[in-house]
Amino acid sequence: MGNALMNFTINGQSVEVEADIRSSLLDLLRNSLGFTGTKKGCDQGACGACTVLVDGERINSCLALAVQYQGRSITTVEGLGTDGNLHPLQEAFVEHDGFQCGYCTPGQLCSAVGMAREIERNIPSVVTADLSADSVAIDERELRERMSGNLCRCGAYNGIIEAISETLVKAPALPQERARA
Amino acid sequence: MNPFTYERASDAAAAIGLAKGSAAARYLGGGTNLVDLMRETVERPEMLVDVTGLPGRIEPRADGSLLIGAAATNTALAADAHVRTQYPLLSRAILAGASAQIRNMATVGGNILQRTRCRYFYDNAAACNKRQPGAGCDARDGFNRYHAILGASPACVATHPSDMCVALAALDATVHLDGPAGPRSIALADLHRLPGDRPDIETELQPGELITAVELPPLPFARRSTYRKVRDRASYAFALVSVAAALDLDKDGTVRDVRLALGGVAHKPWRASAAEAALKGRPAGPESFRAAAEAELAAATGLRDNAFKIELAKRTIVAVLGDLTGDEA
Repeated sequence: MGNALMNFTINGQSVEVEADIRSSLLDLLRNSLGFTGTKKGCDQGACGACTVLVDGERINSCLALAVQYQGRSITTVEGLGTDGNLHPLQEAFVEHDGFQCGYCTPGQLCSAVGMAREIERNIPSVVTADLSADSVAIDERELRERMSGNLCRCGAYNGIIEAISETLVKAPALPQERARA
Repeated sequence: MNPFTYERASDAAAAIGLAKGSAAARYLGGGTNLVDLMRETVERPEMLVDVTGLPGRIEPRADGSLLIGAAATNTALAADAHVRTQYPLLSRAILAGASAQIRNMATVGGNILQRTRCRYFYDNAAACNKRQPGAGCDARDGFNRYHAILGASPACVATHPSDMCVALAALDATVHLDGPAGPRSIALADLHRLPGDRPDIETELQPGELITAVELPPLPFARRSTYRKVRDRASYAFALVSVAAALDLDKDGTVRDVRLALGGVAHKPWRASAAEAALKGRPAGPESFRAAAEAELAAATGLRDNAFKIELAKRTIVAVLGDLTGDEA
């Protein structure tokens, strides 16, 4: 009970911090370490605003007890790009209006980077037609399904998908999907 | 969140030994359900024993079975090459559940032991026999669109939300346990309980028992299998109704064997044994599929908001079996 001394690698830097062992990884990042890029939306795993990468895999940091992730390498939006040196996906979000209020954006960005790695590793999704293929045929429907854990209340989904498709995962648009979106 | 101590176990024996130290100890997998419930103070463990460091290997064995370490993540199991080709309904069921972020965190053992639940279970201001035995059930006369139509009781109408478990029930999976009294095994279909008058007791696990592995027996005809989930939005939502099915047809189109299980309909993953019995030896086609669905749902009862699920379940069964009857499932 009480506090514990915890160690992490965050955006490439070793970090040691004393925190309440009840802390979520989200609260630890924001409140103890000042990485406020990661956002708290629902705090119950429903919206994806808190998405970060742990050893390259995307997770919801609100559902993660920080104490469980000691020794792991964590990437937040601050580790993807910096002011004046944006990640290509961030540039594309600006270009394609991938946000309005911006609150979900850090989670969308981290999620998309994690998703691209999942596609590289041939991890299927529920809309993947052929589970036995050596690589997933990516289209817009695949991207929308794979990004469904990140909600955008401004409804910038079309821009988000365009930005991801332009920079990370080439996905032919499906005209009939677009019409319904 | 109430205070607790945290311990990380290196193997099953260590985990069981650690958990013996507290009557209110809980094993911690990915935490996607437990941590959420702790934050709402619905769950109040005094000790967490982290078992994510235990074996998570997925091993095909010489007899054709598959042994899955309980710490395997949902993503790893869904993406496993053997599962994708030999048990595609399991890959599809897992991928239909939650979001990619949650599937990356959640373990196989934790998915099985996630709480059977509804919104009233989460709401400390509502009456819930599961959260507080004897308190009553606000769901029965409340918003009950998502609730059970089979096997429910006056005490509880919540559903088990796992998609993975529906596929495991169809596949006759065995769950390997270890605990203070030693190792044992139990069929997945027998692991979860119906609510009766004790909806707070959801499984047959004894105090301190730990899921160490899940075993799938060989089932060659499961190559022709699938999972369909019907929900209120296209992705990242609980099932209204889901169907896991595998179909084995004779050359003349007679059903030689079939596996069928339902999700979103009961307090536990629902193996549709009555439908299976009605199908065996019958010609594969809409009439026998409908008759089998009628047989399975004969005992179903609806509440104010969920009675539509009875017909929905029947139609989904017929549709899924129809899909599997095509040459290329």
